[in-house]
Amino acid sequence: MSVSEIRNQFPILSHTVYGKPLVYLDNAATAQRPQAVVDLWQKLALEENANIHRAVHHLAAQATDAYEGARDAVKEFLNADSREEIVFTSGATASMNLVAFSFGEAFIHEGDEVIVSVAEHHSNIVPWQMLCERKKAVLKVLDIRENGVLAVESLEKLISRRTKIVAISHISNVLGLVNPVQEIVRICHKNGVPVLIDGSQGVVHESVDVQALDCDFYAFSGHKLYAATGTGVLYGKKKWLDAMPPYMGGGEMIATVRFSGTTYAPLPEKFEAGTQNFNGAPTLVPAMELVKSMRADAEAQKEQEAILDYVYKHLAEDERIVLYGTDRAAKIPLFSFAVKGAHHEDLALILDKMGIAVRSGQMCAEPLMDRLGVTGLLRASFAPYNTLQEAEYFIKSLDKAINMLV
Amino acid sequence: MTLEEKKQQIIEEFSLYDEWLDKYEYLIELGKALEPFPEEKKTEERLIKGCQSRVWLDHELKDGRLFFSADSDAIITKGIISLLISVYSGRTPQEIAADDFGFVAEIGLKENLSPTRANGLVSMINTIKSVAENGR
Repeated sequence: MSVSEIRNQFPILSHTVYGKPLVYLDNAATAQRPQAVVDLWQKLALEENANIHRAVHHLAAQATDAYEGARDAVKEFLNADSREEIVFTSGATASMNLVAFSFGEAFIHEGDEVIVSVAEHHSNIVPWQMLCERKKAVLKVLDIRENGVLAVESLEKLISRRTKIVAISHISNVLGLVNPVQEIVRICHKNGVPVLIDGSQGVVHESVDVQALDCDFYAFSGHKLYAATGTGVLYGKKKWLDAMPPYMGGGEMIATVRFSGTTYAPLPEKFEAGTQNFNGAPTLVPAMELVKSMRADAEAQKEQEAILDYVYKHLAEDERIVLYGTDRAAKIPLFSFAVKGAHHEDLALILDKMGIAVRSGQMCAEPLMDRLGVTGLLRASFAPYNTLQEAEYFIKSLDKAINMLV
Repeated sequence: MTLEEKKQQIIEEFSLYDEWLDKYEYLIELGKALEPFPEEKKTEERLIKGCQSRVWLDHELKDGRLFFSADSDAIITKGIISLLISVYSGRTPQEIAADDFGFVAEIGLKENLSPTRANGLVSMINTIKSVAENGR
């Protein structure tokens, strides 16, 4: 499969903005949707729309099959032990809020500790802060090294008898480095502490095997993985999910409801209150198929490597630019950087007029911005449908923008 | 130059540029040419709320006329506030309060900014308006 064959599956990539070809480099915020995902999304809405798990009629059965089939596909994709361990949510944020609430209700008490890293997305900080406030628990923070790599060596010192969970990203949405999650899980488990991994960026770039990784929770969003917006996954080990109370009540998450007391449905329905996103979740299937085929494709992989090499070299070697997340061996094609003497917003605004979509600002990681001593950064994040030619145009345009400003 | 003449002049200047990149070049030049704003004036109460980049606006009333000064950490934003100042600085509060700020739409500024920038522009205009309406 050539990159142009991949591109052809994404109609939006042939669009122009301000008369210039669209160069979409904001993939870490949301990826574009391939035709197969949109087709299925539409087909489910137009031809198989019925509420799932409830009715006995034909349409309901079809819709339920599509939804539960997606659960099986996610189980396979993550190599989970059982389908009960796959909970559908509205996105990674919802997944992490679910764990922070329900795990917190069951296991976290006054004086207990939760550890996150300084490089987390707000969605993997704020739910834990809310939990700590509610339970009078303590939030502790794992630092990064100068090159952006997590200071794993200080994790063990940070863990105490009171540490109840460690929540860390697989890949930071700012630094673009693959964290040593295997090592983190090993250290935590040695100390009897479960680990949640925010896989929002990780699942897009890495093959994830939750059993090999042995993590306790793994969360991700569908929209960053080319599936419909409003879809998300929480993987959780059965032993934890069984021991956690429901997060929200209502819908099909119940076994029996009496005013004298309600009992809950078995996993995973226990955590899927209300009407599920039954049109959206099945789109994870074609999305994951595409991801697998892109990963298996030598030509697509080669192009990604070439982009990583090219952009890294230019940004790291340009004296006007400060690149963050510089451990080359752990780097993915996601680049956050500052330009000396130029505001990230000005750069993004000028690049936009050149047809290039990049992200500017704090990227939902204000504590990390403070840690790096910046008010914001510019971020270019590439997907397998981006070409080396686009990367070259980006670097050339960036140079032009810098010259306009500095 | 009257307020109307000044606005007309800017509309004509903007019409010289076809490309938005050229308009940005022009705004960048305006931003760079803005008079230095003292660091000690960059206070919370001079900060305009609703802008993604930071914009500070100061004003003083002299002989019945309002004089504005401003700064921003982003240069295009600084160019925009500079443009607004060049139009409204030295006018009477009554004159500014009665103005509809329509020339901003005529040069296509608002439409061509990203939504967050456009909101920032609206915040800048509202701040200038409220200063004038309060007659301070």
